[in-house]
Amino acid sequence: MSDVKFSKEHEWLKVEGDVATIGITKHATEMLGDIVFVELPDIGTSVEKDGTAGVVESTKAASDVYTPISGEVIENNQSIVDDPAKINSDPENEAWFFKLKIKDKSEIDSLMNKEEYEKFAKESAS
Amino acid sequence: MGIKKTSLNKLHQTYQAKFVEFAGYEMPIQYKEGIIEEHKFTRKQSGIFDVSHMGQLFIYGKEDLTEDLEKIFPLDLKKLKLNHSKYSFLMNDDAGIHDDLIITKIEDGFLIILNAACKENDFKILSRLLNNKYKMVLDEKRSLIAIQGPKSAEILNQIINDTINLSFMTGGWFKYENQKIFVTRSGYTGEDGFEISVNNDLAEKFTKELINKGAKLIGLGARDTLRLEAGLCLYGHELNIKKTPIESNLKWAISRERISNGGFIGSKIISEQLTNGIKQIRVGIKPEGKVIAREKTKIFNDTESLIGEVTSGTFGPSVNGPVAMGYVDNQFSKKDTKVFLEIRGKKYPANICGLPFYKKSYVKGVNK
Repeated sequence: MSDVKFSKEHEWLKVEGDVATIGITKHATEMLGDIVFVELPDIGTSVEKDGTAGVVESTKAASDVYTPISGEVIENNQSIVDDPAKINSDPENEAWFFKLKIKDKSEIDSLMNKEEYEKFAKESAS
Repeated sequence: MGIKKTSLNKLHQTYQAKFVEFAGYEMPIQYKEGIIEEHKFTRKQSGIFDVSHMGQLFIYGKEDLTEDLEKIFPLDLKKLKLNHSKYSFLMNDDAGIHDDLIITKIEDGFLIILNAACKENDFKILSRLLNNKYKMVLDEKRSLIAIQGPKSAEILNQIINDTINLSFMTGGWFKYENQKIFVTRSGYTGEDGFEISVNNDLAEKFTKELINKGAKLIGLGARDTLRLEAGLCLYGHELNIKKTPIESNLKWAISRERISNGGFIGSKIISEQLTNGIKQIRVGIKPEGKVIAREKTKIFNDTESLIGEVTSGTFGPSVNGPVAMGYVDNQFSKKDTKVFLEIRGKKYPANICGLPFYKKSYVKGVNK
């Protein structure tokens, strides 16, 4: 999992070639509680780094999903739209949100690695 | 002023509660298992709710108190039998709702259960209306614990014998550890259940006994999804000082006799609204898809005119889909009227529906 990066908005990003797979972290799901609704960006949408790219709703509230890098949406995960509870059970694998064709690889450099994120998540929780 | 804690605060921590501030109290929003599991457990088994933040107002007096309270509340209190409860509201002269409440006739007066956020203000209003004529105690020495769900009667009866024989909306004094506790068969989840008023120093012990018999602590998050599925109003959302009981679709809670005779606070406006009609009324709203319409979501008709607003909306775990309540213009309040909800700039179809979203029969009486 060394190629996985993390954002301060609690998204994870996995890079394979010029495609990035993006989802929300386990820590994010623990803060949100039971997720009951998700809205994903349409295929073909251009998204900008740190811009909104979807919504997750728990029983308690709605939260925006942000994209940690810019790009064009080439795939979105319909299985989590049909069964949002998957996001709670397997947020960092099966329940990915969308895939982007990366616009500018240098944007990835500013993101955190796993250890940095874990430290960040622990501090922001306390 | 610091945040207040109930007598069960330590127990909530033991069960890994996530806390929120609610009406000045540190209250559990959920425990380890989360809102959906807690909700379902209550519907299938038995959930324990710490509602000690709510006001327990004892007013002591005889016939003249009953008469004076009839000048305030739209109820036939003279006909209310000992240990019987009624749902009602404290209104202003415009029939705007200060609070909704449960009033129970007790031997030496009345017990009124008030909302946490309203209780201090209610106390002031009632003291003024009653001219400080009667002894009134907003009892902070007692905790209030609700136990709700189909297994609750059986569980509670193992601890306090004979409570199983109470019928719905009645109560009485019982003994626990040689102290007096007041138990009513009531609740706010759409399930059979009880509310128990117990001394603070026994609250934890009592709750632990309920847990040992198979009930589980449930947070305010599930309390909200349960009451919303049951179509019940929450003060500050469906109800406020600008809404009347007629607009809130709570006419059923006003005694018919009192409507025709009047003489309670707000009665003029109530009879006026019953004669001339109202502009908006509370309804149930069922979105067609999975999207959740939260509080303040705007409601439109099919010609894109704004017709109302959502007051509560969430995912209903037992309905397995989104549910909402709100106010719409009267002509759009009929069941199955198609409406549109504006969520994040997009309009989603929904239907006006009857309440509750989830139906279960309360225990009306017990055959012996």
